[in-house]
Amino acid sequence: MSIAPILLPLAMAVVVYFTPSKRWRPRLLAATAAAHLALTIAILASGPRAETTEWLRLDPVGRLLLLLISLLFFACAVYSLGYLRYRVERANQRFCSCMLAALGTMSAVAYAQHLGVLWIGIEATTLSMAPLIYFNRTPRSIEATWKYLVISSVGIALALLGSFFVAYAALQGGGQASLLFHDLMIQAPLLSRPWLRAGFTLLLIGYGTKMGLAPMHTWKPDAYGEAPGVVGAVLAGCLTSCAFVAILRLAQITRAAGEAGFTDRLLVTIGLVSMGVAGALMLGQRDLKRMLAYSSVEHMGILAIAGGLGAGAGFAALFHLVNNALAKGVMFLSVGNIHRAFGGKTTPEVHGALRRLPLSGTLFVLGLFAVTGSPPFAPFVSELLILKSAFAGGRWAVAGLFLAFLLLVFAGMGATSLAALQGRPPKSAASSPYRDSVTTFAPLLGLMILVLLFGLYLPEPVRSLIQEAADFLAVKP
Amino acid sequence: MTSLLSSLVAALLLVNLVALGSSRIAAVIRAVAIQGVLLGAITAAAHGHLSRDVIVLVIGSIALKAWLIPVILMRALRQVALKREVEPSLGFLPSLLLGALTTALAVAGSGRLPLAETRLAPLLIPASLATVAVGFILLTTRRKAISQVLGFLVLENGIFVFGLLLVETMPFLVEAGVLLDLFVGIFVLTIIIHHINREFSSLDTRRLSLLKE
Repeated sequence: MSIAPILLPLAMAVVVYFTPSKRWRPRLLAATAAAHLALTIAILASGPRAETTEWLRLDPVGRLLLLLISLLFFACAVYSLGYLRYRVERANQRFCSCMLAALGTMSAVAYAQHLGVLWIGIEATTLSMAPLIYFNRTPRSIEATWKYLVISSVGIALALLGSFFVAYAALQGGGQASLLFHDLMIQAPLLSRPWLRAGFTLLLIGYGTKMGLAPMHTWKPDAYGEAPGVVGAVLAGCLTSCAFVAILRLAQITRAAGEAGFTDRLLVTIGLVSMGVAGALMLGQRDLKRMLAYSSVEHMGILAIAGGLGAGAGFAALFHLVNNALAKGVMFLSVGNIHRAFGGKTTPEVHGALRRLPLSGTLFVLGLFAVTGSPPFAPFVSELLILKSAFAGGRWAVAGLFLAFLLLVFAGMGATSLAALQGRPPKSAASSPYRDSVTTFAPLLGLMILVLLFGLYLPEPVRSLIQEAADFLAVKP
Repeated sequence: MTSLLSSLVAALLLVNLVALGSSRIAAVIRAVAIQGVLLGAITAAAHGHLSRDVIVLVIGSIALKAWLIPVILMRALRQVALKREVEPSLGFLPSLLLGALTTALAVAGSGRLPLAETRLAPLLIPASLATVAVGFILLTTRRKAISQVLGFLVLENGIFVFGLLLVETMPFLVEAGVLLDLFVGIFVLTIIIHHINREFSSLDTRRLSLLKE
């Protein structure tokens, strides 16, 4: 059963939903996440022979994505143990069940080898995440959930239309019009160009909405701002990675069809727009979680640019995908802790976080340096690699704007975060009983260690996993 | 066969305009339900021989789009005790004109795209693009949450029409998955509508403006 990483969480989602004990549900969530991680590592260690159906199969890209999702989700599930203990007043039935459903559907995206199956997987993740954003049941969280659902549904609908266009391009190419990625790659030179271009544009808009690329990012600050920090970590780390991998797979097909110039232009343009918009909206931002949402928009922009820089940036793009997911995990979980210790997440309320939460505060500082691309953390290395391939390709304007936007983001994030971290906690926020505990701190520490380690020294198994995925996506001339 | 198909497609486009011009939400729900029946009929008419897959698809789409989803939406409408107004931010006449214009553009524009065959595509592609455009207009110019869901449904219907060109090549499982996802999506949306109504005492999405930059 090599599709067990899809089936196990989905089955456990049902089990957890009907588990009557409020104390056991988070434990089952964490146990399932641990089993999922163990299973994933076992499948990856057993090599590529684990064949399943032709629609659901792990190729090198899928292996990387599955491991990334599983690892970050495990950290989030452990964190949920402490988080839900702290939020005992809230019913956790839907939370635990939907988290597991999200894990199962995201794993399905990692396995998907078929345009339609990929679409169903991404649509299912959208739906399973909606109740998680609505966890706090406040008017603000309803508003955020509504915007998330309407905007992502329209995006996903456009992605479906785009998939149909690609299918039609294949039909017109005269082949047997299979929607398997493998067959599409083989038929690529025969695909009808106008339909393929239109289809790729719609798919980029559709899955780009899920990634949160500007100008389709408008749901993101609201959803990330109102959802619990741990849900923000899953959204910003796992879900966006799934959408980006979907875009990479489609870009591979359009490149193979001889539309490399068109594909790269679209990706680089939308990436630069995202970085610029994120940088501009981050200046003067007072809400820590919304700030992180814009940081996510920025990093999605970086990924899109890397995706559009051609084969040389393939490794850098996937390496940055990994780094972004891990660093975003650190940031969202530590901001979640700060939010609880102060009962607020905007800078006038949150002040002196380092004094009140020395552990989470310190990790927040380290995470801040990591996501803004400072050495010696891993995102610095991957951003440097992206910059290098931009220079190597003679893309001076792209490289210049890339650097300028990085500086802008650094200034915006730095100002907001320092205001929250320094000084003494205000008197009005003195009542919260929350302090760091093992389950709400250890996951952050683990992720942070990985972010630092990958920056200093990339272990060989991880490097080869990323390299194989990059080679797989590279189009042979 | 082709004349039957073209009259069905014409009816579909007409229902689009009815949905744009109706001032009562219940009337728009009814229009979308009729569109569901038409989609089933178009599916059957587009395929000369009725294979098992096609029959299942026809029954499934009619049951879902013409019966189940409208029933859910009507119930949501009754629960929130909101009967009358659609309250468009763009008036009915301008949105009708815009709908007619985009339909004309879709017909003109799709003539320029290469077509794989000439029996179905010249009819279905413009119809699909026009319906998608009308769905977009409904979605962006209406303020009530239910009206936006209806706009989304019309958009999905347009995409479904395009999918008919591919039924033979698209495995049945995918079609079923698409329908199922649509259903679950509408279901989740109506649950949220219920919560919006309870928290804000209104379904007007203009009230949803706590979060902005």
